[in-house]
Amino acid sequence: MATEKNVPEQDTQWPRWEVFVQEKTGEPHQHAGSVHAPDGELALQNARDVYARRGKVYSIWVVPAEHIVATSPSDQGPFFDPAEDKIFRYPHFYKVPRGVKNL
Amino acid sequence: MAEDNGKLERFEARINAGEKIEPKDWMPERYRQQLIRMMSQHAHSEVVGMLPEGNWITRAPSLRRKMVLLAKVQDEAGHGHYLYSATETLGVTREEMLEKLLSGKAKYSNIFNYPTLTWADIGVIGWLVDGAAIVNQTMLAKTSYGPYSRAMIRICKEENFHKKQGYEIVATMARGTPAQRKMVQDALNRWWWPTLMMFGPHDKDSPNSGDLLRWKVKLKTNDELRQRFVDITVPQAHAVGLTIPDPELRYNEETGHWEFGEIDWDEFWRVIRGNGPCNKERLAARRKAHQEGAWVRAAAEAYARKHGREPGKAA
Repeated sequence: MATEKNVPEQDTQWPRWEVFVQEKTGEPHQHAGSVHAPDGELALQNARDVYARRGKVYSIWVVPAEHIVATSPSDQGPFFDPAEDKIFRYPHFYKVPRGVKNL
Repeated sequence: MAEDNGKLERFEARINAGEKIEPKDWMPERYRQQLIRMMSQHAHSEVVGMLPEGNWITRAPSLRRKMVLLAKVQDEAGHGHYLYSATETLGVTREEMLEKLLSGKAKYSNIFNYPTLTWADIGVIGWLVDGAAIVNQTMLAKTSYGPYSRAMIRICKEENFHKKQGYEIVATMARGTPAQRKMVQDALNRWWWPTLMMFGPHDKDSPNSGDLLRWKVKLKTNDELRQRFVDITVPQAHAVGLTIPDPELRYNEETGHWEFGEIDWDEFWRVIRGNGPCNKERLAARRKAHQEGAWVRAAAEAYARKHGREPGKAA
C-alpha cells in the first residue's frame, strides 16, 4: 500500500487564511484559528462552517496568513523596551494638591 | 550548547510559572515533535471518528436523532480543523499531516477501529467515547502550548452535547423493550474495554509520558485519567440499569474510587499495530473520500483563478 499514490499529483490543500471572529457588536475581532481556501470568498464560507457553527458570531475577517507581519520573541526586549521607562504616561506620575477632586 | 541550556532553563521556568508557550517562542525540539505527534493524532482521530458514526446517519431511527447525529459528525469535522490549524502553528503543513494519515504512517485513536454494529452503538459511543474524550480534553485545555489549549477550550465547549445525546439514546433504549435493552447492554459490553484503552498504556509502560508531564503538555497521567472516567461513568450505567462488563469492578469505600479489572493489553497492541477489526476499512474509506474530493479542490481553485483571484490573495 505504501507504494501506491495516496494523493493525486495535482492535489492541493489551498493556501492558509487566519480567521478573526467578532461575537457581538462592540467587541473586538479575536483570532479564532485558520482555514484553507482558494480565495477570500470561500475562506469566509469555510470560516463560518468551522468557527461559527453555534450562532454567536456577528462578523468574520479572513486574512491570507502570509500577509500577517508579527513581532518575534527575540525582539521582545528591545522592541517593547521604550514603553517601560516612560511612567509619565500614567496618571499616578503627577502630584496634585490635597483635596482637589475629579481630576 | 551552553546557550541552549540557558534557553531550556528559561523555557522550563516559564512553564513552571504557568505561562503558555506560543508558536514563535523558543522550545526544545522534542517538545515541538511531541506536540506535532500528539496534536496531529488528535486531529486525525476527529476526522476518522466521523466514519463509524456517519455510517448510521441514513439509518437513524427518527428525524430528531438524524439531525443530532448530523450535527455531531459535522462538529467532529470542525474539531479536526481546529486541531490541524493549531498543529500548523508548529511549522508542519496540512498537506504533510494528511499524507501521513492517508499513507498509514500516522496513528489515530484506536477506538475508531471497532465497528458500529447496531443503533445502540451510536448511543454508547456518544456516552463512553465522547465521555472519555472529554475527560482527556478537559485536562488538555490547560496544556502549556497556547494554540493547543485554545483549540481544546473550543472543543470542550461544543462536545458536551455529544455525550448527552449519546446518554439519552442509551437511557431511552435501557427503558425500552427487552430487545432494546439487550441491544444496548450488548453495545456497552463491546465498547467498555476499548474505551478504557483510549487512555493509553499504564503509566509505567508509557514511553512519552515523562517529558509530556514535565513540560505540562499533559497534566495528568493515563492511569489518573482512566480512573476519573471509570468513577464518573459507573454510576451513570447503574442509573439506567446497565451492567459494566467487568466481574472485578467494585467500589472501594476508603479511597472513594471504583476498582476495575485488567485491560487486555494484547488486544490493545494488536489494534494499534493495524490489526483491529476495522483498521483497513477506515483508511480505505478516508483515502477514497480524499481522492474523490480532489476534483472539487481543483475546481474551486480554477474558479478563483478565472475570476482573477490568485489563490491565497484576498478577494
